[in-house]
Amino acid sequence: MSVNDDNTVTTSAPVSITTKDACVDFPIFDAKSRSLKKTVMGLVGGNIDSAAKVPVIEALRDITVSLEHGARVGLVGHNGAGKSTLLRLLSGIYEPTRGIAEVRGRVAPVFDLGVGMDPEISGLENIMIRGLFLGMSRKQMDQRVDDIADFTELGDFLRMPLRTYSTGMRVRLALGVVTSIDPEILLLDEGIGAVDAAFLEKSKQRLVQLVERSGLLVFASHSDEFLRELCDTAIWMEHGQIKMQGELNEVLRAYKGLPA
Amino acid sequence: MALAQPAGRTYAAAVADLRRGWEQRTLWGHLGWQDIRQRYRRSVLGPVWITISMAVTAVALGILYSGLFDVPLERLLPHVLVGFIVWAFISGCITEGSEVFIANEGLIKHLPAPLSVHVYRLVWRQTLFFAHNLIVYLVMLLVFPQPLKWTVVYAVPAFFLLALNGAWVALAVGIITARFRDILPITQSVVQLAFFLTPIVWIYDELINSPNPAIAERARLAEFNPFLHFLEIIRRPLLGQDQQLRYWVVVLAITVVGWLFTMLVMRRYRSRVSYWV
Repeated sequence: MSVNDDNTVTTSAPVSITTKDACVDFPIFDAKSRSLKKTVMGLVGGNIDSAAKVPVIEALRDITVSLEHGARVGLVGHNGAGKSTLLRLLSGIYEPTRGIAEVRGRVAPVFDLGVGMDPEISGLENIMIRGLFLGMSRKQMDQRVDDIADFTELGDFLRMPLRTYSTGMRVRLALGVVTSIDPEILLLDEGIGAVDAAFLEKSKQRLVQLVERSGLLVFASHSDEFLRELCDTAIWMEHGQIKMQGELNEVLRAYKGLPA
Repeated sequence: MALAQPAGRTYAAAVADLRRGWEQRTLWGHLGWQDIRQRYRRSVLGPVWITISMAVTAVALGILYSGLFDVPLERLLPHVLVGFIVWAFISGCITEGSEVFIANEGLIKHLPAPLSVHVYRLVWRQTLFFAHNLIVYLVMLLVFPQPLKWTVVYAVPAFFLLALNGAWVALAVGIITARFRDILPITQSVVQLAFFLTPIVWIYDELINSPNPAIAERARLAEFNPFLHFLEIIRRPLLGQDQQLRYWVVVLAITVVGWLFTMLVMRRYRSRVSYWV
């Protein structure tokens, strides 16, 4: 049981994500299959199977994870190893082409800070829309809007259309909204740049608080520091497969190729 | 929310998508309004432009065709006007429906929302357009009073049926075009062609009762045009004309068959859309 700031009591339902042998295959309709005669297996990206009429990228293969309430999972791996795709599988955006994926709980995916933001409308209106997209109600957002406005330090700019904002200001706004919600399952993809140092410190605190509020966290990042701060276990992705799953420091050591 | 949502290629998952989308009506309701305000942002008159442009088109075409076909203006103008308003809704649902998922690629790939959210938003937006256009209709009633009877209330269930059909068409066509992009221009052309095949600027009854038997015979072909039936169930009550049962029967039949087809498509391909867009 937890009491939210709007005094509604929510029984913490069992939040979990379970997948079993889940695969995600992307058909690439506009690639000429003739030019991809051989199965390409490079360091970067998943496997490309061109035996089929339409080339298929096997983005994820045989993913078996079982995450329960309280899990704090870091996601490491090279570019194109399948971290973002895995996050989308865990959020339910991609249903597995084979295998099973079951998501219990309300998912708040934060993959791209800008998604759902409209440059033509004001910052305040964007706060509302972004919140609704993240599964909040209008009332909940009305309660949070002052807090978000304070956090962003944007002042009167919040009444200006978003297109007048600098990149950093947009990030502030997006971070403000994203860190104000009460997610059951929080899926974070890194991509927090372009903010000044003082603000980064401030948002880190909020991020930590957000993670504490959430029932389950999966966080993809290249930053050891961030991972250590937010996670206790980790999954190492390579070529669309899980290479290793376990305690954070162990996985990080193996991933960096250091002796255990 | 604790229960896992049904997934995979089942009817349960397809129905759950529609239901969960409906539950998010605050979201798509807000977005639908936003779309309209957005389109006319920074213009002085704002969404009133929807009303004005409809009025200008309908009046101009009404005058033109009443001259061409030698039909009195007070008969043709209301006919053209209501036809246009209804057609704007129908064609909006189909043409925007054909790119509903392609246009929302970013949202689909970043947020695990039910697909139906995008469709509800579209139909809601078109409904708001329709409401703006109804103002033109009301003004027309002052200029050219129509012999309205109590039957005018039939326009409400008729519009409901239109919206219900708009939703399945957008879902089905949206899913198909997400996979086969060639369907997109085809749909747009078909809709454009359908405008001329549907009695919007011309009057079906005039042709049926034409003194030339050949024309009267040919006019009957219009019955095969499904849009004719959709148009008539709502235009007739709005102009105080008598209802005809067959139009309603055809529309109801299309609604049922259309939704059955759409549920089939949804069951099979709903989970593929995020891969295709």
